[in-house]
Parts: sequence; structure tokens; C-alpha cells
Amino acid sequence: MFENLSILALQQYWWVIISILASALVFLMFVQGGQTLIYTLGKTENERSMIVNVLGHKWELTFTTLVTFGGAFFASFPLFYSTSFGGAYWVWMAILLAFVIQAVSYEYRSKPSNVYGKRTFEIMLFLNGALGTILIGTAVGTFFNGSMFSVEKGNLAQVYDSTISRWQTPFHGLEAVLNWHNVALGLAVFFLARILGILFIVNSINSKPIFDRAVKQMWYNALPFLVFFLAFVVNLLLKDGFAYDPATGTVSMVNYKYFTNFIEMPLVAVFFLAGVVLVLFGIIKLLFMSSNKGIWFTGAGTILAVFSLFLVAGFNNTAYYPSTYNLQHSLTIQNSSSSHYTLTAMSYVSLFVPVVIAYIYWVWKSLNKKQMTEADLNENNTHVY
Amino acid sequence: MIDTFDYSLIDWSRGQFALTAMYHWIFVPLTLGLGFLVAIMESIYVKTGDPEWKRITKFWMTIFGINFAIGVATGIILEFEFGTNWSNYSWFVGDIFGAPLAIEGIMAFFLESTFIAIMFFGWNKVSKKMHLLASWLTAFGASLSALWILVANAWMQLPVGMKFNPDTARNEMENFWDVLLSPMAVSKFTHTIASSYMLAALVVIGISAWFLLKKRHLVFAKRSMVLASVFGLITALFTILTGDYSAKVIAQHQPMKFAAFEGLNIGQRGAPLIALGVVSSTPEDPNNENLKDFAFKIEIPNFLSYMAFSDFNAFIPGIKDLMEGNPEHNIMSAAEKISRGKLAIDALAEYKLAKESNNVEKMAEARAIIDKNIQYFGYGYFIDNPNSLVPNMATTFYSFHIMVALGFWFIVFFGIILLLVYKNKISTSKFWLRFAIINIPLAYIASQSGWITAEMGRQPWVIQDLMPTMTAVSKLDANAVITTFILFAIIFTSLLIAELSIMFRTIKNGPKPVTEAEVMEKAHAEAEELHNS
Repeated sequence: MFENLSILALQQYWWVIISILASALVFLMFVQGGQTLIYTLGKTENERSMIVNVLGHKWELTFTTLVTFGGAFFASFPLFYSTSFGGAYWVWMAILLAFVIQAVSYEYRSKPSNVYGKRTFEIMLFLNGALGTILIGTAVGTFFNGSMFSVEKGNLAQVYDSTISRWQTPFHGLEAVLNWHNVALGLAVFFLARILGILFIVNSINSKPIFDRAVKQMWYNALPFLVFFLAFVVNLLLKDGFAYDPATGTVSMVNYKYFTNFIEMPLVAVFFLAGVVLVLFGIIKLLFMSSNKGIWFTGAGTILAVFSLFLVAGFNNTAYYPSTYNLQHSLTIQNSSSSHYTLTAMSYVSLFVPVVIAYIYWVWKSLNKKQMTEADLNENNTHVY
Repeated sequence: MIDTFDYSLIDWSRGQFALTAMYHWIFVPLTLGLGFLVAIMESIYVKTGDPEWKRITKFWMTIFGINFAIGVATGIILEFEFGTNWSNYSWFVGDIFGAPLAIEGIMAFFLESTFIAIMFFGWNKVSKKMHLLASWLTAFGASLSALWILVANAWMQLPVGMKFNPDTARNEMENFWDVLLSPMAVSKFTHTIASSYMLAALVVIGISAWFLLKKRHLVFAKRSMVLASVFGLITALFTILTGDYSAKVIAQHQPMKFAAFEGLNIGQRGAPLIALGVVSSTPEDPNNENLKDFAFKIEIPNFLSYMAFSDFNAFIPGIKDLMEGNPEHNIMSAAEKISRGKLAIDALAEYKLAKESNNVEKMAEARAIIDKNIQYFGYGYFIDNPNSLVPNMATTFYSFHIMVALGFWFIVFFGIILLLVYKNKISTSKFWLRFAIINIPLAYIASQSGWITAEMGRQPWVIQDLMPTMTAVSKLDANAVITTFILFAIIFTSLLIAELSIMFRTIKNGPKPVTEAEVMEKAHAEAEELHNS
């Protein structure tokens, strides 16, 4: 069935998959957000342990989604992999370091003889939560603002100077923070992850003091989120964008390109608006309705909003990874993808995704039948972090 | 015009990748094997209802968990380092190489990381049988993810199932099944997982031996030891079989690596296998025969030829034959390969120019030259330094021989342990119990040596014959890579220290005692059984 699709249709199919993975990843970053709140929401040792444990049941899901996001991006758009990762070296390395320290922190935190002590591993969780979200958000910001790189496939024929993708600033990605619009997205993701973290924690833990603190914390995080998110979105709608002309293959700056993308893809605009409304509704649920079910709304809203932002970045003849060094070197889903054969083969593999989602859902359900209480921490027959 | 490679950048980039891979490989083989051992232990528990087996299962599961976390941490770095440090590589072969990586994520990694949650947190939340299923799925998930990453690695050693496209300046996949089922992929996967299972068995035996020496948890230790020895003996035999097959595949497809394994400088019929040897000083000059020999060696006549081609008289090409060519045996010289590779590289430049000026005729001409010479493409980059085509012989020779010698030793060792168990002398054989503990580091040395053999032996190639390491590297400042190398080295080492400390403590504490509830549960089940019969 997939082999009969045109290369463009396959490229679009894969961009949709990348967008779904990205949106799932941002939703699952409630783990990262929660990690920055261990000390703010948990005041006693037991409260902190409960928070770490409910997050600890989910961290691998976030981690695996990140790994799969990377693998899928490599398989479907390898030119992005070689250009961005090899170029914006410092940003990606910092993100990697932030994730290395996370993986062990849960397992080692409360183990005897862990050398560095509980507190160190909690600090590592905090660093992962803060750096991971801000850096990934900032890196995605460059999808809309561009980076300084060149791509010359002909370089391969030069024996001593054969590098195809080259970064054209010595800062190798660090320069992304000089653009406030990138940083606004990074901070919006950071506060959104904290909001999701708060909602997840109140949903998973049965504790009145944690709930009360969560309501207060929600104010402190929802307001800055709104400021950064609105600043990002308003500027996105007003700014020029990197448009691709499929007839000539050239990239040029077009006024209100992203705004136009929303107008020309009304379904995406609907997704985006619905996403924003759902995110807000989940927050309102906690703040004004004292409900602990907000995670489902804000979570679904996050998925819709991030998904539509990725479509706006790559669809409707837009360069998703623009080069401000030379517009013609910008990456589009057309010029950076794998071959028709590989995309087809991979598309068959993508049919496994519903199966994966089904068993994740089943496992999640069977492990989370009821909320966690302090008594669960002392239970003899299970694994506690 | 730059006319040399930035060797500092290349070496540090290689160093960083090797550092990550070697740390990763400290934790992965144990989890691969321990996953299955735990699943087998739990199966016995579910079948017998004996709480002692549950205790055994849970202890080894804890060891599994401690290793799993840090294996995951180092694994993510490897995946992204293909992009960060090997940018040209990522594009040149991304169309083939990316696919197994993505499949690993979608098919295997989620399986493993989802069901591991049931394994650890599901004891009281799902039925016994569901829990057992989750343990098996986690074990299979781990080996399945090894499959895909090893398919990717095998493809770098033996690139098949693709065609070079000058328009995109990369290789494009033409046949997925050729990639998945290539002889290199089959041998690499089977040999790697079999040896990992063996390593896990040796670790379990070693730790159990410590308990026996300390006279603690005797039932626990003996049962663990018997199970691990049987598992170990079977997987060790399988490791030798697949290792033999691997050698044949390498002899056929990577003759230079094979020659380096054995330090074979001048090719010969009926080549001997060097069982033991000390390499003399070896500058990489293929013309200097005297420097390329052994200070000391013990040989098994004709055995190398047999190992490579199942024929005691087969011709094995040496490094000199591969460099200078050997018309009698139809071996092309390196100089010839380099000139053909250079033709392909130059034709690629021609092709691009012709395309820009829309000269269809010239494009076709250039394309024909590329197609004719593409299998030597990578050699073109060695135009000024052909001697770099020879891998570091001493490293390859020693790591290969250490791996093989230890592999054979482990079979003997498993046999001895089983014999002692059979004669009911295991608890009193202090010598062998102590030896079992020493075998733990030996198992890791064998496993790491295997990778050093495979990866040092294939130098200077990242993609055999198509892309040399120096062409694959990202254009970065060497200092940037040195900085991240040091950062990684510090972090990995700190994590390893914590890991080992936690491991030692967990072992020292020993398995948790059987709870009263568990004894009651068993008694209850037995009473019911009695009642039913």
C-alpha cells in the first residue's frame, strides 16, 4: 500500500509521524516538569519520595519517546540529523548530558551506598527537568528563526574538505539563545512541563498538603507560561517565514508566512486553538474547580498544540529548518528526506505504533488503578525508588 | 586549499565514540543475559510456587535494574553521537542506517521499557502469569533491540542492499531484506548475544560463589549457580559456533581485518593459526617484512586456512598481498583501488558540474564512471596516504586472541562447575569458587576485546570500502570534542563508581528473606492441591 504513494506523500506522512512523536514527547515531559517540583511540592521526606516514585513509573516512557523521536528523525530526514546535530553541537551535547544524569537518578536515589547521597540525585533530576525542557524548546525555536549553516553535497568530492553540512558560527548552536523568540519557546515549554507535572502529581498522589501546595504553584507557573507562550505565538503570527517554492526549489522570505499557513490549513488552526483551550481548561480545573483531572485536558491540549506547530513549521511549502546563512541551503521535508524505498519500508514499520500505544495503555492502566498514598512507600513486596 | 586531514579532531571523535561504546558495553551484555536468566527463574517459581525461587528471581532482578538504568543512559548518547560527531556519515548512509535505529525504538525499546515497569512494580498488581509474561517480554525486547543495532553495525562492515545516488550524494536502500539478513548481520547478532548470555552466566556464577564461600544463603546460591552453569555452557558452545561462522564471514568480506587478526603479513596456502604470540615492533609499513613479524609464537599448522574457508590448503591473503596486489590469486593492489576510487570521486564532481549546466550527455558519462568504480569509492580518499589502509595490527591481534582464548576457557570452566555440582562438592571446592569470582572480570575483558577486534580491525573504514573514518567526521574544532570527551569521561566514571558501589552493597546485603506471607501462600497452595487430589 505505501509503495504506491508519491515521494511527497511519504515525506508528508513521515513529517506527521515526527510531529506526533514530538507532541507526545512534550506531553510526557510532565516527568521533567515534575522533577523540578520535588522540593516545592514535597516538604517531608515521604512526600518527596511519593513524588519521585509516581514520576519514576513514567520516566522511561519519556526517555524512550525521545530516543524513538531521534531514531525516526534520522531514518526519515537524515539531512536534519547530519546538519543540526553535527552543527549545533553544544546545544545537543547539553541536552544529552541532561538526559544521561536522569536515567540513573531514579534507580540510584534511595539505594544504600549510592556514593553521592540522595540529594545529589535529586539535584540531577532537577537539572534534567530544567535544562532538558528549556534547551529542547529553544532548539525547536530555531525551526522558525533559522540557524547559520551551509549544506553542499558536492563537498563530498573534495578529498581533504569533504564535510557536507557545516555550521557557520564558531558558537555551534549556543547562538540560538541570542534570539529572544527561541528562548521564549524554551521557557514556555519549561513552564508548560511544570504545569503538566503539577497536574500529573495531584492526579497520582492522594495527599491533601501536596494538593494545596499544587494549587498555589499552579499560579506561579501558569502565569509565566501564558506570558512566554503568548509572546512566542504573537510574534510567530506576525513574523516573516521561510517559504519554499516547489516549482523552482528556491526558498525566500514571505511576510506573515506562519499566519498564512494557519489560514491555508484551517484544520491545523482548529487543532491549535482547540489545543490552547484544552491546556487552559486543565489549568482552570485545578485552580477553580479543585479537580485533580486536569492532566487529561492539559495533556491532550499539549499534544494538539505541539502537533499543529510542527505542521506549521514543515507543511504548506515551508522550510522547517531554515538557514539564515544561505536561504537556499534551508532544509525542507522535500530536500532532506530519505529515499522513496526507505520511507516506504519505514512506513510499514510505523503500523506497529498503534500496537505500542495499546500495550503502553494497558500497562499504565494496570499499574495505576489507584492513587499513591504514604502507606505504599512502606509496602514490602514492590520496588520503591 | 586544505591538503591534510585534521587528525586531532578525527582521533578525539573516535575516542569519544569508543569511550561511550565501551561504557555502554559494560552494562548491556549483563542485562541481555540476565533478562533471560530472571525470566527462567521466575518460570520455575510460577511452576513450583516455591517462595525460594521468587526470592532468587527478585534478587537477580534487582541486579538487572541497577545495570539497566545506566545502560539506557549511555545508549542514548551513542544514538545521537552518529549525528553530532559523524555528520557526513549520517548523510552518506542515513538512508540505510537510520532505519534499523528507528525500528529499534518503535519495536524493541518500547517493549522493553514498558514491560520492565510491570516487572518491577507489578508484583501485586497483575496476576502471576501476567507478571511472568512481562519478564519474558522484557528479555525479548532487550535482545530485539540488540538485533537492530547490530544489523546497523553489520551493515557498516559489509554494506549491501543499496545503490549510490550521485544526485543526493548518498547511498540509498534498495533491499531491506538484504540489509537485515546479510551474513555479517546474522553472525554479528548471534555471536554478540550468545556471548552476552554467557557473560551474564559467569557473573551469576561468580556472585553465587561468593555467597557459598561466605556460607550464606546456600540454597539460593546453589540453585542460581546450577541454572547459570547450564545456561552458560549452552550459550558458550553457541558462542564458539557463531564465532567460527563470524571468522568465515570476515575472511571473505574483510580480508584486511582478517589478516590483522592473525598478524599475517605475507599470504600463504595452508596458513597456520597462531595460538600464542608476541608481536614485535610494528610500524605500519607493509614493505618492511622484518618489522612485521613476531618476537615469539606458537602455531597450529594449516588451521587458519581451515578456519577461514573450511579448507586446510586455502590461500589466505596477507597484508602485503592486499596492499601490493597478488595477480596469481586475483587480488587487486591498494594503488589500483585508490586510483579507481579517485576516478569515482572525480566523476562525482564532474556529475555535479554537468548537472548545473544541464549537460545530460556529460551527466550520463560521469554516472557511468561512478557506477563502474563505486565499490572502491572510499579508497579515493587515500590518495596521499595509502599506508593508512592497514589497521593497527598489534591491537587487533591481541584483542582477537584474548577473546578466543577466554571463550574456550569459559567452556571448560562451565564444565568444571557442573561436574562439581554433580558430585555435590561445589560448596567445599574453595579453589574453584574463588576462581569463579576472578572469572567475572575475565568475562568483561573477553566481551570488550570482541568489540575492540571488530572495530579496530576494520579501521580505517566507517563503511567498509566506501567511507573512511576521516571523511565521516563532523567539522568541529578538535578542542570542542576534547571538552565533551572529558565531560563524558567524568560523568560516566562517576556513574560507574556509584553503580559498582550500589552493586557491591546489594550483593553484600544478599537476597531478602522469604516473608511469612510467602510461606503461608505456598502452604496454602499445597494444602489446596492435597485437597483436590
